[in-house]
Amino acid sequence: MPARASTAEAIVIAGAGAGGVRAAFTLREQGWDGRVVLVGTEPPYERPPLSKTGEYRLICGGAALSEAGITFLAGAEAAGVDTAAHVLELADGRRLPYRSLLLTTGARARRLPFGGAPVHVLRSYADSAALRARLAPGRRVAVIGGGFIGLELAASAAALGCRVTVIELGPRLMGRAVPARVAATMAGRHVAAGVDLRCGTGVTGLAGTGSGTEITLAEGTAIEADVVVAGVGAVPETMLACAAGIETGDGIVVDERFATSAPDVFAAGDCCRYPHPLYGGQPLRLESWRAAQEHGAAAARAMLGETEPYAGVPWFWSDQHDYTLQVAGLASAADREVVRVRPDGVEIWFGLSRDGRLVAAAAAGPGNSVAKDIKLAELLIARRAAPDPVTLADPAVTLKSVLRSPVAG
Amino acid sequence: MSQWIAACEADDIDPEDVIPFEHDGNDYAIYRSPDDAYFATDGHCTHEKTLLCDGLVMGGVIECPKHNGRFDYTSGKALGAPVLVDVRTYPVKVMDDTVYIELP
Repeated sequence: MPARASTAEAIVIAGAGAGGVRAAFTLREQGWDGRVVLVGTEPPYERPPLSKTGEYRLICGGAALSEAGITFLAGAEAAGVDTAAHVLELADGRRLPYRSLLLTTGARARRLPFGGAPVHVLRSYADSAALRARLAPGRRVAVIGGGFIGLELAASAAALGCRVTVIELGPRLMGRAVPARVAATMAGRHVAAGVDLRCGTGVTGLAGTGSGTEITLAEGTAIEADVVVAGVGAVPETMLACAAGIETGDGIVVDERFATSAPDVFAAGDCCRYPHPLYGGQPLRLESWRAAQEHGAAAARAMLGETEPYAGVPWFWSDQHDYTLQVAGLASAADREVVRVRPDGVEIWFGLSRDGRLVAAAAAGPGNSVAKDIKLAELLIARRAAPDPVTLADPAVTLKSVLRSPVAG
Repeated sequence: MSQWIAACEADDIDPEDVIPFEHDGNDYAIYRSPDDAYFATDGHCTHEKTLLCDGLVMGGVIECPKHNGRFDYTSGKALGAPVLVDVRTYPVKVMDDTVYIELP
């Protein structure tokens, strides 16, 4: 059991997204009976639906928070950290002394480097509501960026009857985190749904016209749209840490216990850069719902004295049309690939390291048809298994039996 | 009045696996444990309306295919965030290689 402290001591959490909320509850689950103060500019709500159905759904209501003895300072904005005095300063002048401070400040949507016409982005519910108010059957929607957010929005807009074009600078969709073969499956689904995919072309300018926005492409052509949305990545919210002299660099730099360079200050979720033990301590910044929660929980335990490093397998999903894509592990760590073609036609992609370890798996298919296999792959990745590539490719051998074979263990 | 409904044949489910079962417009999940005992729960995860039958069964645990919420399918107990509410279970019996589920 973690050490208990006097009730006067507070653990303060700056940021009430998935990571911050999970951290707050984990502190209680782990037996911390001091104060827990959660600071958030907005009520804690789920972000995954924003690019899909647009539904507003709370992570938990005020009653659940107060029942757990979590003080939620709604509408409060963290403005500064006095790391020497152990105080979080709020924009309204309040000062919150802390025993430990967790920064779960998240990320913000990156914006295009030029103006010329209004461009939507998606991070908050307000962003989502503003965008959805403009989507209607027949509207021409241009999505700049063929990553997860852009593609989920493209699918949502297409489902609402919009005419959608996706413009991606890279040679293919989801180039950063998804293997080419799996991205191609998803691209096929988009094309079948009538989405116009333009890969390998950048945007060089935007201009308002009488009837909409003209988007000039690097190849020289232009397309016109009624609604323009950019899904060009996220920027970690590091200002608070930076201003306090805490080490940052594409995220708030943390160690394997989510501790920052300042004493008793931790960071978790989208805003942090974490040295992952499964990938040789390579610093990773993950923007995913599950990572935010797992980081939050692990940081909470670390604040209470846990010393075991967090080694959760990176995992994320994306819903586009009626397909779901899942990725476990780190596709970029793969040195060679193996594909299993299942009898139902779904392809499961496996990435192996140079020394034969399974380091990533990915697949896209209808509904949740890829979930079981990706989950089993995740378990193999977690155990640093080096399964036989021939077996991996053979759909007649279940991944469960691979997991249970002595070689994998 | 509760009634026993024939859901499937015993061999329709692999050991340590789950299949869907629909009755009267409601979804259920029928499980076969590693030691060949049978169980049934509501078809959907209590976190969001995701069908549990697409999830992975390991031992006595089903994991939701969407957000990784886990339940002990023998008792319905939710095993931690993001699932906080237990999933409803139903009595199951096997007679002459047919699996029956008792529905209210």
